[in-house]
Amino acid sequence: MKIAVCVSHVPDTASKINIASNGKNIDQSGITYIINPYDEFAIEEALKTKEKHGGETVAISLGSDANKETLRKALAMGIDNAVLLKDDKYRDSLSVAKALAEEIKSQNAELVFFGKQSVDFDNSVVGQLTSELLGYNCISVVVSFSLDGNKIICEREIEGGKEVVETTLPAIITAQKGLNEPRYASLKGIMAAKKKEILEKPALEAENFVEVISMKKPPSKQAGRIIGNDVSAVPELVKILHEEAKVI
Amino acid sequence: MTKILAFIEQRNGQIKKSSFEVAKTAFDLSNKLNASVEAICFGNEINNLESVGGYGISKVTLLKNPLLENYSSHYLSLLVDFINQNNFDVIVFSATSLGKDLSPKVSAKLNCGLAIDCIDLQVTDDSIIATRPIYAGKALLDIKINSPKKVFSLRPNVFNAGIPNENKAEVNILNVELDSPKVKVIEVKKSEGKIDVAEADIIVSGGRGMKGPENFKMIEELAELLGGAVGASRAVVDAGWRPHSEQVGQTGKTVSPTLYFALGISGAIQHLAGMRSSKYIVAINKDKDAPIFQTADYGIVADVFEILPALIEEIKKIKQ
Repeated sequence: MKIAVCVSHVPDTASKINIASNGKNIDQSGITYIINPYDEFAIEEALKTKEKHGGETVAISLGSDANKETLRKALAMGIDNAVLLKDDKYRDSLSVAKALAEEIKSQNAELVFFGKQSVDFDNSVVGQLTSELLGYNCISVVVSFSLDGNKIICEREIEGGKEVVETTLPAIITAQKGLNEPRYASLKGIMAAKKKEILEKPALEAENFVEVISMKKPPSKQAGRIIGNDVSAVPELVKILHEEAKVI
Repeated sequence: MTKILAFIEQRNGQIKKSSFEVAKTAFDLSNKLNASVEAICFGNEINNLESVGGYGISKVTLLKNPLLENYSSHYLSLLVDFINQNNFDVIVFSATSLGKDLSPKVSAKLNCGLAIDCIDLQVTDDSIIATRPIYAGKALLDIKINSPKKVFSLRPNVFNAGIPNENKAEVNILNVELDSPKVKVIEVKKSEGKIDVAEADIIVSGGRGMKGPENFKMIEELAELLGGAVGASRAVVDAGWRPHSEQVGQTGKTVSPTLYFALGISGAIQHLAGMRSSKYIVAINKDKDAPIFQTADYGIVADVFEILPALIEEIKKIKQ
């Protein structure tokens, strides 16, 4: 079985985000990029599934040459092959999904893992979009996964609980934190990943339906009021919340 | 004329609160766009479905079958057929766990653009400009969808449903025949009696300053007293003190409750991103330079173990 995992390259969550002078992108100065944190759970699940059921794994990323760093990370963790779909331009989610779907089809992958969302644009939709373009079954925000023959049983996180969901291959699974503990890349893995070739091809062209009008910083908040430095401040705090803010 | 469809979500036959926000927002959009609006709901027995009329929806269609009580792949195929047969142009969802799964699948089937997790929709020159948070709220993006059909999902708790009037919607029931779906929910495991952080009006969050998992008993007590939910910082989730479902921040949940308590939380940038849109933020931390005080509305600079018991007692007094 061919197992694919789609990975994205995103600013570190510790980054301060500032807006570039064009008002449509972020200012790149001082930003370090990392593999999207949710994609590490996707990679780990792909590796575990291969260890249990056999097969071959491939990591796919869409973006610029910089994404190779994230693909190398996937290879270092143990993914067999890597494909970079090259494109430097802005794409909306559906356009990204169309290019990924094309590559998944040409790879003939039956099971595909995504992170549940990228921590840059926070769309949390590319896995679901891709599944419909391919006609694959899809379960999103998954915290447990099991495969038995053709049958998949997952738990997905919902408000105040979990849903146990059943489906069959071919399928797309989007990974939520809690699905597994991603392994660290071994030194041997890191060395081997450096030597591996990353297959590069142009990403399938697709129209954007979503146009960015502007990017801005959220309205800044005024620093609040320090009510006190010890327990004597408590009645005052409760009084404010009860009588002024009327929230308790 | 533009036709708008509001997707109404139910759980256990009860309409979700966030669906009233969807109904009202869809109605407001229809006024601004000179459009018609109606609603659709999937389920079996739905309590008081006609109440969406109070938010401006005059007609709601219920696709009825016991198999539709829980989410399944039937939702997608039935909804896409309904949209195509009735030529809807704009479809509005709530960005709940169901809405976030279903809305992109609908947009893929319709080959149209989507704006997910919106916090504002404005109409200018007959176009809808959607505002959505990116980088977990560190920045905001204004976007416009240029395809003929458009899909939007609204972040719960942000749009104001207002006070409903007495109007009742006409309920059109369509009994549907269904075979076994390709993707189906076989069991729902509820965390008993707990309110989810994503849906809570009041959140009491603890961080590393709580010193250990056993001390979260006090946080649970305060949350229960206020009818709120327990939240946690990434540090305490990574340490295994609290489940990930309670994590607030960039790799957890983004929340916007009315009242947020940050207890023993210093305020890492990824945490602030997830809770800064709360209406009132109260911080208790012994470090006066903790970044959380820059975002908090009210703060007490003191040891959380000194303050928390007194805070619980004081709130008990006003609750009596």
